[in-house]
Amino acid sequence: MTPFGRHAERTGRDLFAEAAAKAFADAGVERAAVEELFFGNFMGEFAETQGHQGPLAAEMAGVNAPATRLDSACASSGAAVRYGVERIRGGADVVLVGGAERMNNLSTADATEALAAAADALWEIRAGLTFPGAYSLMANRYFEVFGGDREDLAHIAVKNHANAVDNDLAQYQRTLDVEDVLTATQISSPFGLYDCSPISDGASAAVLVSESFATEQDLDAPVRVTGTGQGSDTFALQDRESMVRTPAAERAGERAFAEAGIEPDDIDVAEVHDCFTVAEVLALEALGLYDPGEAIGAARRGETTIDGDLPVNLSGGLKAKGHPVGATGCAQLSELTKLLRGSHVNSDAIPDAEVGVTHNAGGTVASCVVHVLEVDR
Amino acid sequence: MTRDAGYDDFLDAVADGEPYYLETDDGEAHLPPMPYDPATGEAEPAERSLPEPGEILTHTTTHIAAPQFEDDAPYVTAVAAFGPVSVTGQVRNIDHEDVEIGRAVTLGVERSETRDERVLVLYPV
Repeated sequence: MTPFGRHAERTGRDLFAEAAAKAFADAGVERAAVEELFFGNFMGEFAETQGHQGPLAAEMAGVNAPATRLDSACASSGAAVRYGVERIRGGADVVLVGGAERMNNLSTADATEALAAAADALWEIRAGLTFPGAYSLMANRYFEVFGGDREDLAHIAVKNHANAVDNDLAQYQRTLDVEDVLTATQISSPFGLYDCSPISDGASAAVLVSESFATEQDLDAPVRVTGTGQGSDTFALQDRESMVRTPAAERAGERAFAEAGIEPDDIDVAEVHDCFTVAEVLALEALGLYDPGEAIGAARRGETTIDGDLPVNLSGGLKAKGHPVGATGCAQLSELTKLLRGSHVNSDAIPDAEVGVTHNAGGTVASCVVHVLEVDR
Repeated sequence: MTRDAGYDDFLDAVADGEPYYLETDDGEAHLPPMPYDPATGEAEPAERSLPEPGEILTHTTTHIAAPQFEDDAPYVTAVAAFGPVSVTGQVRNIDHEDVEIGRAVTLGVERSETRDERVLVLYPV
């Protein structure tokens, strides 16, 4: 992946070329071996007047293969990974996956409008709902049903910023304290600025290979994708049976865990979609890592911090690593792969970890993609 | 602004004091547009009167808005349950600090300050 951050003058194609070049170099695979490309992007038409990005991504990556762009909002490149995995299972040996997003060439107001397109244009956007607003509705409902407060959420932001301090790919390599979070500029109650992931530019890419290809080519590929799952839910928040559960993520997790033959208790480390602080809470509960109503205090209790029993978002998460939306899902796999194989700056925190999970959500989790990654120790 | 069929019909009905929802043969409730029963494919679910007042399930005060509501901010958006369906709207005629979960509300239609476009609103009872 590229460094995530403010690269307003770099186009999405430029960013993806860098991410793909890094992925090929890391994998030790020739571009000519690629049989298909799946590419995630959400707001290309809005931000860059650029649609039809599949073949453009292939051209920039130096790949001559069928290329398709996928849009599942912020889960776009998680979906790209999933399609790549399924293509490998269908018989391909090498598939390039990834995504890119350019956002900082837009004003904050225009980026807010672009992101809101992942919500229901009739029932939500025409009522003035923004994406921070939508997750705020979920947070306030969560507080009502289960309890918890802003300070619980603040500990999530503090944790994820702390995790990103030494990650050179992260947008924010600086710590926050709880007071910083609680006194930040109000965005949408209960969220202040530091409850929200930033507006980011960046790209991610990964070269997926079959086990037989890895063996034949003597590749150093110790991390395997052993489970993939995807789920959907009603589009608008108002139509959900519950605004404090995310069944799309529950279904995606159940499918991925079943394929991998694991249970939530087997998971050693997780990268989850913390686009807003409350989203990490909802993710951990949807994946079965916590019972409903229990994850709100996990960071505050130190259970999901770097030295906790279940470190979550050791990369810094979307919150501090950054969230170029179309690139995020594949970036989660990139970071988790490095964490598991021992090449991430935070790998020392999980020396014995064998099973990791990624959780990548689109909209208010109307889409969700979950992957299980495993490494042999 | 070009009308959005179904949604703008609903706003018309709210403005006329006759809000409705759609009910399919199996008793499932939907908001328009839903021209076909998504479970069976049968056309034209029946219109039913939307029971009022509703009750606020959750709310938020938006300080940073998208361009189409920039001049309206800060404003309160809420999801309120009206019998078998829930609706998202802006809460009007009340101090923002006084909006609370459980408060009874009725539906209305007003216009946004920024672009003078119709907005579904919720009035405290």
